[in-house]
Amino acid sequence: MEQHTKDHAALADKFNLDEDRVDWHDETLWWIRQKRDKAAWSLGDEWEPLREQASAIKSHTLSNLSEYLQEFEKSAISNGIKVHWAADAQEHNDIVHSILVANNIEQLVKSKSMLTEECHLNDYLKEKNIDVIDTDLGERIVQLAGETPSHIVLPCIHWKKEEIGELFHEHLGTPKGNADPKFLTNAARIDLREKFLTRRIAITGVNFAIAETGEFVVCTNEGNADMGAHLADIHIACMGIEKLIPERKDLGVFLRLLARSATGQPITTYSSHFKKPRKGQEVHIVLVDNGRSRQLGREDFRNSLKCIRCGACFNTCPVYRRSGGHSYHTAIAGPIGSILSPNLDMAKYADLPFASTLCGSCSNVCPVKINIHEQLYKWRQVLTTEGHSPKSKTVAMKIMAGTLSSPGFFSFAGSWGRKVMRVIPGLLNNRFNPWYKQRDMPAPPKQSFTEWYKKNHQQ
Amino acid sequence: MRSRDNILKAVKENQPPLEVKPVAYAGSALEGDVAAFQRVLETIGGTCYHVAADESVSDKIKAVFPDAKNVVSVMTSVQENFMQFAANVTGHSLEHIELAIMEAEFGVAENGAVWLTEANSKYRVLPFITEYLVVVIDAVDIVPDMQAAYEKIGTQDYDFGVFIAGPSKTADIEQSLVLGAHGPKRMTVLIKD
Repeated sequence: MEQHTKDHAALADKFNLDEDRVDWHDETLWWIRQKRDKAAWSLGDEWEPLREQASAIKSHTLSNLSEYLQEFEKSAISNGIKVHWAADAQEHNDIVHSILVANNIEQLVKSKSMLTEECHLNDYLKEKNIDVIDTDLGERIVQLAGETPSHIVLPCIHWKKEEIGELFHEHLGTPKGNADPKFLTNAARIDLREKFLTRRIAITGVNFAIAETGEFVVCTNEGNADMGAHLADIHIACMGIEKLIPERKDLGVFLRLLARSATGQPITTYSSHFKKPRKGQEVHIVLVDNGRSRQLGREDFRNSLKCIRCGACFNTCPVYRRSGGHSYHTAIAGPIGSILSPNLDMAKYADLPFASTLCGSCSNVCPVKINIHEQLYKWRQVLTTEGHSPKSKTVAMKIMAGTLSSPGFFSFAGSWGRKVMRVIPGLLNNRFNPWYKQRDMPAPPKQSFTEWYKKNHQQ
Repeated sequence: MRSRDNILKAVKENQPPLEVKPVAYAGSALEGDVAAFQRVLETIGGTCYHVAADESVSDKIKAVFPDAKNVVSVMTSVQENFMQFAANVTGHSLEHIELAIMEAEFGVAENGAVWLTEANSKYRVLPFITEYLVVVIDAVDIVPDMQAAYEKIGTQDYDFGVFIAGPSKTADIEQSLVLGAHGPKRMTVLIKD
């Protein structure tokens, strides 16, 4: 299970040890951000109305979610699908496990589902001796390496092809030193095809669930969700309750935005609409709350539930690009993860809303117009009020507030500070001062503005 | 059932006052023509051929895939290699299919996708498990964008439906695009003019 004692800054420090790698990571993600821009601009005047529309449909859905959930349940059941409800991660995992036990199954294939990552399903099933094979290539790579995805759309964006070649050599027996992406992809294809053909249960995520029709849509480029689901006797689809949209035709808006925002593609290769089980097949849907209903009640943060998991805010974020996904120590990293995670556990994720420059780029690219940077700022206030901000920062802020509210002490402290900095610059320019880490303190001026003003404007 | 009721109760308590659903955005003035469809399909790794009114689809496929083995057609109008649906044939038995031929209901110009349902593919897994996929559409059935696509789908009662846009692909290894991740390595659309 997840064990962490370090915060974002400390973990980012680790990532930053290899500067060339940071540059490479940064540039790769920026390239994807640029592809997103081109795809958005290719729709000309349509892009902004589409974002508005998507955001408004989600606002409406959230304001009527209890009704839509019941409508979806009813439609799905009438389509022959079994619907389960899970209050939290534990219950979600228990439900999945109970289906496996009932069918005497110990092996399964799983396509990408950030919800199952959020619930730590893989670890849970491993402890119960269930063999889970992740079938998305990127997820398979991090799974073989014993890691978790570092990006919700590009799970192994932090891996270099030579390292993947080495990993495949070790686990799949590919020739040592072969790092050709085409060759390695084909090796994984051959290995995973055997798994698709032999596993009786497939787990998939859900991109959109339609209240009106009871169907759900899964988007992939690789076709792994379909290979798994269409060959398995049992298909379990796991989804957060915020994945609902009212009507089938609303997909017209969301499918135009999703892939363009994610990778700059006009649409994912496959947008599969699962409505009824295949003849002889069993389909289960697990609807998971896990804190979502609580977030819905937080007025300042409820818009975070509009997220369609495109990852655009990751790719554009100057902090994410230079600190890597694992520095966020949560299943959903990046700006959106930093506003979702504190809802799950304020103490554990108190550092994340501070892992941002508040530049606002995330909000500008978000296809459903979530005010991400404003929510990051608001979380900082909530966390500080609730006593979750670091002690050193609290003390420093109190001293600062005291100084600024007393003009006499302010000018006294300023004049002594300037003198001391001139005489002993090493007092501040040392490794114990975190500010000094990547910068020098500015040279202290000879006088303050007040002193200068008094001297020059006395006539 | 306890969780169900608790979740619904919490959601109801916490959801904000009802906001009206926006009036549907009409969609674009994007061109819905064959040339736009073909251009986009080719940029996403697919290929496109035209079949003139006096040409046969079978002949065209033979010309494009002269050496294909294990070919199946699930289109009644392509009788050569025609495979009748049989309930006792599982998807697993299709693992060695090299080329599958099926009809799609329509294409979408803005993204090069085609829409097909289980009624078109007969076996759900067929368009995914085949090494090469050939899809046949009518030129008149190309709509401009996804709003128009869903208007066309309407309340159609399919069991499974899918938009397919090009061959299966991945760029998970250092963002290098590789065609043929788990599904078809090639995807060819034949447009009947």
